Order: sequence, then C-alpha cells, then structure tokens
Amino acid sequence: MTVLLDRNTSVIVQGITGRIGSFHTKEMKEYGTNVVGGVTPGKGGATEQGVPVFNTVKEAVEKTGATASIVFVPPPFAADSIMEAADAGIRLCVAITDGIPSQDMIQVKRYMRRYRQENRMCLVGPNCAGVISPGKALLGIMPGHIYQPGHVGVVGRSGTLGYEAASQMKELGIGISTSVGIGGDPINGSSFRDILELFERDPETHAVVMIGEIGGPQEAEAAEYVRNHMSKPVIAYVAGLSAPKGRKMGHAGAIISAFGESASEKVEILREVGVTISPTPAEIGSTVQAVLRKAA
Amino acid sequence: MDIHEYQAKEILAGYGVPVPRGGLAYSPEQAAYRAREIGGNKWVVKAQVHTGGRGKAGGVKLCGNEHEVYDAADEMFGKRLVTHQTGPEGKIVYRVYVEGAVNILKEIYLGFVLDRKTERVMVVASAAGGMEIEEIAADQPDSLIRVVVEPAVGMQAFQAREIAFGLGIPGEHVQKAVSLIMGCYKALESLDASMVEINPLVITEEGVTALDAKMTFDDNALFRHPSVAELRDKSQEDSRETRAADRGLSYVGLTGNIGCIVNGAGLAMATMDMIKLAGGEPANFLDIGGGATPDRVAKAFRLVMSDDNVQAILVNIFAGINRCDWVAEGIVQALEKNPVHVPLVVRLAGTHVEEGRRILARSGLPIIRANTLAEAAERAVQAWKNDISLKQPKAVA
Repeated sequence: MTVLLDRNTSVIVQGITGRIGSFHTKEMKEYGTNVVGGVTPGKGGATEQGVPVFNTVKEAVEKTGATASIVFVPPPFAADSIMEAADAGIRLCVAITDGIPSQDMIQVKRYMRRYRQENRMCLVGPNCAGVISPGKALLGIMPGHIYQPGHVGVVGRSGTLGYEAASQMKELGIGISTSVGIGGDPINGSSFRDILELFERDPETHAVVMIGEIGGPQEAEAAEYVRNHMSKPVIAYVAGLSAPKGRKMGHAGAIISAFGESASEKVEILREVGVTISPTPAEIGSTVQAVLRKAA
Repeated sequence: MDIHEYQAKEILAGYGVPVPRGGLAYSPEQAAYRAREIGGNKWVVKAQVHTGGRGKAGGVKLCGNEHEVYDAADEMFGKRLVTHQTGPEGKIVYRVYVEGAVNILKEIYLGFVLDRKTERVMVVASAAGGMEIEEIAADQPDSLIRVVVEPAVGMQAFQAREIAFGLGIPGEHVQKAVSLIMGCYKALESLDASMVEINPLVITEEGVTALDAKMTFDDNALFRHPSVAELRDKSQEDSRETRAADRGLSYVGLTGNIGCIVNGAGLAMATMDMIKLAGGEPANFLDIGGGATPDRVAKAFRLVMSDDNVQAILVNIFAGINRCDWVAEGIVQALEKNPVHVPLVVRLAGTHVEEGRRILARSGLPIIRANTLAEAAERAVQAWKNDISLKQPKAVA
C-alpha cells in the first residue's frame, strides 16, 4: 500500500509534446513510472518518448486504461485540461502548470463537485512538484535520486523546499513513503489536511513532515485535523519567518482568514496541537530523526 | 496588479456602479479646470497613488473654490505620500483626481475577495464604514456581513438584497444598492479582479454612490484582459520589482546586504530565514521559477547586482523542473559579461547536479561552493563579513 500511486499506476502525460512535458516524461519513465501515453490536441497518432500521443484524454483512457495523469499544459489552457481529465474518469491528476488564473481554479473546483465524492478525481496542484513514492513511481518533476524509500510521509507547498527536506533526510538515512507537493497557488486541488488524512490511513507511513509557508488558512485546518484525528507524529517547518508583512496579500483578503496567516502564527497553532517544529529549514532532517528515535 | 482609484471608478461605472462626477489632472491648472467642468461649489482633490490611508497622509483635500483646488493639487504633485501601507519610502504623486463633493448621510464598507477557505468569491460588508477593514474586524466583528458566491451561477440578486437590507439601507435606495453590488461582482468576474473594495460606499439623499474604489487584478489572468494590463502604472511600483516582473522573475526588495538567487518561493523564503539565523540580512527575495533558462538566470544575476546594498551573493538552486547544468551555464554567462566584485557563494543540488558543478569548476571563476543549505548561508555570511573587514581603510600607524 502506498499513498496515491505505485509502480502499477498507468499514467498519461497531458502536454507531452512540449519541451518540459517531453523532458519529464523521459525522467518519469527512467524512474520506473508506468507511462502509457500522452495527450496533445492535434498531435494524435504521433509517438513521443516511446509512447503513443492522443488527441483527447477520453481516447487515451479508452486505449491505454490510464488512471492517472500529469498536466504540463500552458496556463491559459490548463484548467480546461484538468476538467478534461476529470471527465474522462482519471482518478489522480497532478497539475504542474504554474500561472493558472484563480477564477479558472474556482471553476475547476466547482466542476469537480459534479462527481460524487467516491468518484471524484483527486487533484494535486497546480503549481506543484507532484507526487513521488520513492523506489516505486514518480508523477512529478522531482529529482528522483534524492528520495530514499522508507516510512516518513512528506507534504509541502513548495517543490524545492520539499527536495531540501528529502535530501536532508536521505543524508541521515531516513526514507520516505510518499512525498506530495500540493503547490503554491491560493486555490489548489488537495490541501494539507487531505494529504494528512491519506498518510494517517497508510500503514507504510509512520510519521509525517509538513512544510508550510505564509498565507492562507490550510496549515490551521491541518492543525485541527492533527488535534482531532492524527495518531502518527507530525513534524513541521513553516517558511517565511523573516518575510516582510503585507506583501502580495490583498487588503480585503486579510480579514477573512486573518487568523493564522503569518509564519509565526502558523508555527504557534501547529505547536499547540502537538506538532514538533523544526526551528530552521536546515534542521528538518535532524528534527525528524529526533522524533523517530523518541517514538521507537 | 493594482490600479488607481480613478481607473477603478471608470471600470465600475461601465458596470452600472454610480460614482461621483470627476476628472483626472496632471497639473494644478488642469485640476482647477476640472473643478469648473464638474460644476458645483465643493470639490475633493485626491492624490492617485497605489495605497490606502491617503486621507491621514494629506492625500485627500476638501476645497470650496477653484483657487483652493489649484493649491491643493499644487501641494500634492511630486509629494512622497507615506501611509501605513507604503513603508517609509512612500509613493510619489503624479496624478490627482478632482471630484464633486457629495453630501454623506451614511458610510458603508463593501469588499469582494477571493476567499481561500471556501475557494469562492466572498462579499464582505459592514455598516461601520469609513474605517479600514482591519479596524472594523477588530472593533466591530459582529457588524460584518459575509456572502459566498456560487461560481456555477454567479452572484444572485437575492444575495445582493440580503446584503443591502443587512446594512440597513433605506427601502427607497435598496434597488440602487443591489445594482451597485451586482455591478461590482460582474466587474470582478468579467475582468479577473482578485479584489474590489468600495470604502466607503455612501448613502446620500439621492441614492448610493462609490466614494472610493480600489481594484486588484489577478496577474495570472492579465493575458486575457489587455485593456486592464494597459492600466499598469510603473511609477507606483518598486523599480527593481518592475524590472524583475518584466523579466518573468519574482523579486521583493529588502534592506539587507546579501543578495539571494533561489528557485522556488518556499526555498527562497527558507534561504532568507537561514541567512538571518546565520547572522546576516537578506537584500532581496528572488524566485527564478521553474524551467529557468541560462538567459533567465543571467537576468536574475544582473538584477541582484543592480542593488547597491548587495555586498555578497548567495545562489541556492535545488533543481527539479530546471536543471543544474542550465543554471550553471547561466551563472557563467552572467559572470563573464558582468564580473561581480563581491563574494559569491553557489550551492547547487538536484537534477544534473554533477554536470552543473563541473561547469562551474571548469569556468575558473572565483566561486565559493557549498553543498548544504546551512553551509551556503554560513559561508555567505562569513564571506560577507570578511570582505567588509578587508575593504575597511587600514589605520595609519
């Protein structure tokens, strides 16, 4: 059992013929991901990185039996591609694309609600690094070699800070069950809470590292979940303790979720529910190590 | 992207939102002329700057004749308006807006935002207008009315009515308030605004009117609204941030001495946190983003080096979507064209890391290399301190 994907998960790449899509298709195949096809409208019939290209996701799903997709489609068309995946019966969709308009994401989230929860596609991202189950499969853009297989789940907004955490853990011989980048956009598919729930249910995951950052209510929501439902230890780092206040934050926006928006507030909220805080970004690995030793 | 009050009012008026009569001026003469054009016997001269809190900073003046309008405008032009939102550097006034004064019976707060919790547009209103929303939230939280818009159908008239009645708007003006609220929502939805704020919305004898207006737009959606993108006023932005944005980089200028070039917003923030913990101060936040080409890296370099406060540079790249070899080529290209005269610490990790490190080593450039985040921050702070002490003039014996 792993979270979200394993080596049997069959994957299609939306936007496979683009430079970035093609490069990462190659990387994912080399890692061992079962990539069975790709989609680029108008390029159906072609072959890219050794897999067939289709015009529509529906066609790709019919011909290949794919259950997961990864989106490298440019921002103006990305929301459309995510909805196409949901409609074609894809179960897990990872959207890498950075720069999707917020209103498009509001539409995507609304559209996905037309499916019952049990049939609803799980969306990870957008603007994220994707999902990796080390040693099994990669559905994302992470450099696979920095992840060691093991029993710690990782969930974070930032891709590169997630890589940082993974490499610190590898350095100390700590392996990862699954790492999920939920992305840096204000409106995203899966929240910290959603992924914590998956880790709590996953027998292969024994502890969870959560990497948050300033802005938004999702760390506070996650803290509530930890307090009420989480039996496994959680370690957290929140980036932006030295970030200036009030940048990029809408004026009227501050009111609705003013509670818990700064890094120090988030750290406090998480600490209160029993989460172990890594004091610096360079000590994520050693903090995990200390928690695991204590639990053992 | 932010726009000016007069621009927001022009947009909103196009969606049926009533606004006072007004005109834009680039000189005191023009301001006096606008007052005559508008008519009446009382006017308000308002500095057009991208910040709230203008009133307290002397950016809003009530005038009783054209001479006063001239003087008020003359006083404002070229002035650096410092408010609680601008920071000490303030915003310079290049345009003023002259409006016919309105007899105010009641002030109301009305805001539209993208709410991250519900992932929908939320309307926030309060009968306690004339204050900043933060003050209302702190002092009179019970006065806040919140309404969430269902995105499949958009805002409905009944929701606008609920807001209008909730605010205690007199019965004869409710229909006008409803069309104002609906107009604001339509503008937000059609133009991909991320925020519309009417503070205050005022009730007069005649009806309702937007006395002030603020709009912020989703940068990611500007590609489909060229007429909105044209409203950008670069004079209101930090010039370094403007240059960064024009080059597809995300930059925030700070006050420290260690320039940062990092990929990914989270790692960039973590790098800043780390520099601070190591005893230094970051000069900037800079995320060069995913898929960075050598050209983009070179641009990032020139941008950071253009800041006179920068006395050391820390490059921290953990490559996933971009590759260390591309980044290394960018660093070499930038340094060959514009050599740096400050210590440079580079830490590369991730995809194609060996190739990246080889490119740096082969270049023969004076680069201090680091393998971990902690090491990178410590070496950057150390190199900065050493360099400063070397450059201190030696005391003559």
